[in-house]
Amino acid sequence: MTCQTAKEILAKSFLRFFSGSDGQFVLAAHWPNTDWQALIEKFLELRNLCITASLIPLFWIFVDIVFDNLGANPIQALHIRLGDWSLRFLCITLTITPIQKITRWPGMATYRQLFGLFCFFYATLHLLAYLTIDQALVWPIIVTDIMESTYIWFGVMAYIVIFLLAITSPKAAKKKMGKSWKKLHRFIYPASVAVIIHYFWQLKGNLLQPVFYTMLVLLLLAFRAANWYKDRQLSRLMIPKGRPMDDE
Amino acid sequence: MRIITKKEIPDSEITDPQILHQRRKLIKAILASTVAWSSLSSKFAASETDWKNLSDALTGSDKLNVTPNDLVKNYTNYYEFTFNKEDSTRLAQNLQIDPWSVEIIGEVEKPLNLHLEELLSQQSLQEYVYRLRCVEGWSMVVPWVGFPLAGLLKRVKPLSTAKFVKFTSVHQSDAMHNGMLQWPYVEGLRVDEAVHPLTLLAVGMYGDKLPKQNGAPLRLVVPWKYGFKSIKAIVKIELLKTAPITTWNLYAPNEYGFYANVNPAVPHPRWSQISERRIGSRFFTPRKATELFNGYGEQVASMYSDMDLVYFF
Repeated sequence: MTCQTAKEILAKSFLRFFSGSDGQFVLAAHWPNTDWQALIEKFLELRNLCITASLIPLFWIFVDIVFDNLGANPIQALHIRLGDWSLRFLCITLTITPIQKITRWPGMATYRQLFGLFCFFYATLHLLAYLTIDQALVWPIIVTDIMESTYIWFGVMAYIVIFLLAITSPKAAKKKMGKSWKKLHRFIYPASVAVIIHYFWQLKGNLLQPVFYTMLVLLLLAFRAANWYKDRQLSRLMIPKGRPMDDE
Repeated sequence: MRIITKKEIPDSEITDPQILHQRRKLIKAILASTVAWSSLSSKFAASETDWKNLSDALTGSDKLNVTPNDLVKNYTNYYEFTFNKEDSTRLAQNLQIDPWSVEIIGEVEKPLNLHLEELLSQQSLQEYVYRLRCVEGWSMVVPWVGFPLAGLLKRVKPLSTAKFVKFTSVHQSDAMHNGMLQWPYVEGLRVDEAVHPLTLLAVGMYGDKLPKQNGAPLRLVVPWKYGFKSIKAIVKIELLKTAPITTWNLYAPNEYGFYANVNPAVPHPRWSQISERRIGSRFFTPRKATELFNGYGEQVASMYSDMDLVYFF
């Protein structure tokens, strides 16, 4: 069974499950001109499923706000949740290349871009929550807070990099930038370290979660280092000098 | 005793006098029959209906800025149990607090080892509405029920050699499973800080017994210092010639000083102390500017007049 037919079957059974007594899909009566079968098949494409899944944390936070589920300090809880999700999407993004190297699946770059943009999306919400929901745009306090809080410096550094990577992520930008695109996008590695310091540096005691993420990020970075080293060795052994190596 | 000072907590933060009066009457009524802590608790239970009426009056008045009890009860740092400020509510219930006794020893003429009820029978409880500022950058307004520590220290007759007071928390290893810091938790004050009229030993809050996660059955309250100085579940008070080594200071001496006076001008090495998040505020509410000595400067600043507050942080 190919992927295509699996999607077809799933979409069909979905439409059948939500059909009325006339055997028609319940929404078809309201929007008769919509091709529901095609729409659901489109939704079931892996890329679109990934987008939906990546929006679930936001929806979940939204529900917790509406039902006042964020505890005694909802402002901080919201802020932390957004930061945590940004970090998680960063980890997912950094996992794509190793997966591609190991499995040799084609087309993984699309997903690296997609999850990278979600990392940027949650980081932006994290930053906006800090500026508006927490600091209420009181700039004198914000400026002092940032100047006096070393952990925020690392967050700012990481955000600047992630911002630059996000705005240069479209294919057109990649084409235009040529070689420097890859150079720029390698800054995600120091940015990941900055993110980890940003996480660690604001805590008073609990080290369990930050240690977990630190190990994860170090592991993912170590994969690159090992690859780079291996490629270098290989290029020394077999490839004539002067030929550029693609190590990513 | 009500401490009259020029710079008071703003009106908006003070409990309505009428409510305060009612509470005091109740506290006095309870005290009039001070026998055992257990009977004290049954008295609390017996007067439950009165207290319920009281809390209605409390929420009915928009003059009050006391942090809602529910938030204060469910946002506590109790690292012996957990790092999580909400899980501590459940985990602290495993603490055994009955019976409870407190040792007062060291550089004193009359060392004491008192059962809690014995200790309380000598003190008159009152309500004190204080701001609490945590070193993490959040704050609350809590109506404590307690008495000045000075009254208790007087009973043991400190010697002139006593310069510092060391407080030790209980450590019940079968209930307290969290590592990291060295237990039991230890805190300390200079003697003049300890006998300052603002310094309390609290046994209750919101007109009720202290919840376990908030430091039952007996905790320190030092409102001009960061919250970690206000040690919970005290079992030992020692008067010493030299400064004790305190838990957070031992863990990170460059981050948590012995004095730990609230001071917006002295940032924590990793974060600013310029502002604080008042617990209970809604989204988009500006943070509150943190005040030197948590706003109790009029009362306490003279104790530090010749000290460099950056060096002695």
